[in-house]
Amino acid sequence: MQSTAEKKTIRKVIFASSVGTLIEWYDFYIFGSLAPIIAMQFFPKTNPTAALLSTLATFAAGFIVRPFGALVFGRLGDMVGRKYTFLLTLILMGGSTFAIGLVPGYDTIGFAAPLIVLLLRLVQGLALGGEYGGAATYVAEHSPAERRGYYTSWIQTTATLGLLLSLGIILITRKSLAPNDADSIRVFEDWGWRIPFWFSVVLVGMSIYIRLKMHESPLFSKLKAEGKTSKNPIKESLMHKGNLKMVLLSLFGATMGQGVVWYTGQFYAQTFLETACKVDFEQTRTILIWAIIFATPLFIFFGNLSDKIGRKWIIMAGLFLAVISYRPLYTKMLAVASTKDVVMDDSKTKIERLIRPDEVKGHSIQTTTTIHLYQNGITEKLVHNDTLYANGLEKPQAVDKLSKELPDDGYWTMVALIFVQIVFVTMVYGPIAAFLVEIFPTKIRYTSMSLPYHLGNGVFGGMTPFIAVLLGTLYAGDVLVGLWYPIAIAVVCLVIGTIYLSNKIDPEVND
Amino acid sequence: MNTVKKYLGLVWIALAVYSYSILLKTALERIRLVPGTDTIIQWSIFAIIFLPIALGFVMFGWMAFKGAYDSLPASSEEVED
Repeated sequence: MQSTAEKKTIRKVIFASSVGTLIEWYDFYIFGSLAPIIAMQFFPKTNPTAALLSTLATFAAGFIVRPFGALVFGRLGDMVGRKYTFLLTLILMGGSTFAIGLVPGYDTIGFAAPLIVLLLRLVQGLALGGEYGGAATYVAEHSPAERRGYYTSWIQTTATLGLLLSLGIILITRKSLAPNDADSIRVFEDWGWRIPFWFSVVLVGMSIYIRLKMHESPLFSKLKAEGKTSKNPIKESLMHKGNLKMVLLSLFGATMGQGVVWYTGQFYAQTFLETACKVDFEQTRTILIWAIIFATPLFIFFGNLSDKIGRKWIIMAGLFLAVISYRPLYTKMLAVASTKDVVMDDSKTKIERLIRPDEVKGHSIQTTTTIHLYQNGITEKLVHNDTLYANGLEKPQAVDKLSKELPDDGYWTMVALIFVQIVFVTMVYGPIAAFLVEIFPTKIRYTSMSLPYHLGNGVFGGMTPFIAVLLGTLYAGDVLVGLWYPIAIAVVCLVIGTIYLSNKIDPEVND
Repeated sequence: MNTVKKYLGLVWIALAVYSYSILLKTALERIRLVPGTDTIIQWSIFAIIFLPIALGFVMFGWMAFKGAYDSLPASSEEVED
């Protein structure tokens, strides 16, 4: 039984660790959420080198640098200590995020702009790779055995809450820079996108202050005092057969499946809403925000449950449910946003035309907005842009953009469908920190748990949107073809986890 | 169960080799269809990052085949062996 003082200490530890980790996720996500605007500002498609740097910024930060950060900072955390290492990752993440908000655009400083942004993005990826393992280890090493799942599940909420915070800050900023929405969006795309990056420095400053007041993990301090810390954690993690086999089992039997379920429920779902269902920008974001708000307490629920019934079967159940229900869920999402065979109410069709002259380029842009209302309540907006050339010889260039606004019942059905997917996320992700911490010895825990975590999430999970889009282009007839990637990975992980993993809760992480 | 674990090890080895060869084939096809530095870089990153993972999967299968997962470690001393 914990004393009141112990409970107070662990609450402080959870708060200090969670706030910092949440901020790191926020910092990492705002870049992704603002990718189209960042691309316009720093990576113009007309310049091949800048476009190349854009590809590197997208892929390298997620896939290469995150696992590399896990090794670099994991090593440091196992040698120097948990506290100072995850303090360092926080400073690196906060500093690089703030700096991205300060970099002048490609139009101002040319090629240096995308290069600086790429470097800063790599620092972000590196820092993220080092943060999570430290925070999870730090909380777990303060927790009593019978509450380890519950206490570490607070850390598990941070990735989702970081996404929520980034979506919220972006939406608020985007709407509050001018009295009307159209002007506000224009200002946001011009320079207002920098505000979410600058905002990070406030959050990071607070978090550094809180973390500085914390003490080193008691288990690590004891090891250090006894001179038993590892001399070479990477070598011990990957070269000792006994440890390597557990690193591999953690990756292929748990984190690989968890990564794809996580990315499908929270990122692929968002992309699918916007590109396949054609739901408009704001509704897509608010649907996700509601689903996250409703589902987040379940991270704690499943973390707590894992203390009672073990970690393995909760994670496996989450994988199993994801595998059998992804296709029906996404089929329903398409149906909710569909206007096929639905009668259009012609009396409510509106057409607006606006011509804006572009004095610099000498031509005009004619925007025709057609709004249709369907009998199932869906409002469809087709924006058709024509470039009208002054000489009258060049053909008009047309660009169409279709978006739909769902009525209340469709909107909340969509929230429920995303909510179910995030419930799967909470099942696979809620208990996983406790699960990973219990597998590895204290002296190489930071390194050993960070690597499978970031390979599972960063590589297998991070690949989900790209593979899904790729499958979509290869098999264009099936809108749901992209789901086969997360389903296949989750099936393999489910079989490996079910057969090879143990459901035993380690009573002693002090070894 | 240990027999199942053991022979599934061979399945994991085959799956690792098959998946990686599919990845390489797709990468080469994409580079041929959409030539350009951008495509080459993107697919090279995929191929490079998945190589150690595929090797890890082969190693996992081999260890399973050799009976390394017949019993899981109960303490850190066993993990460090």
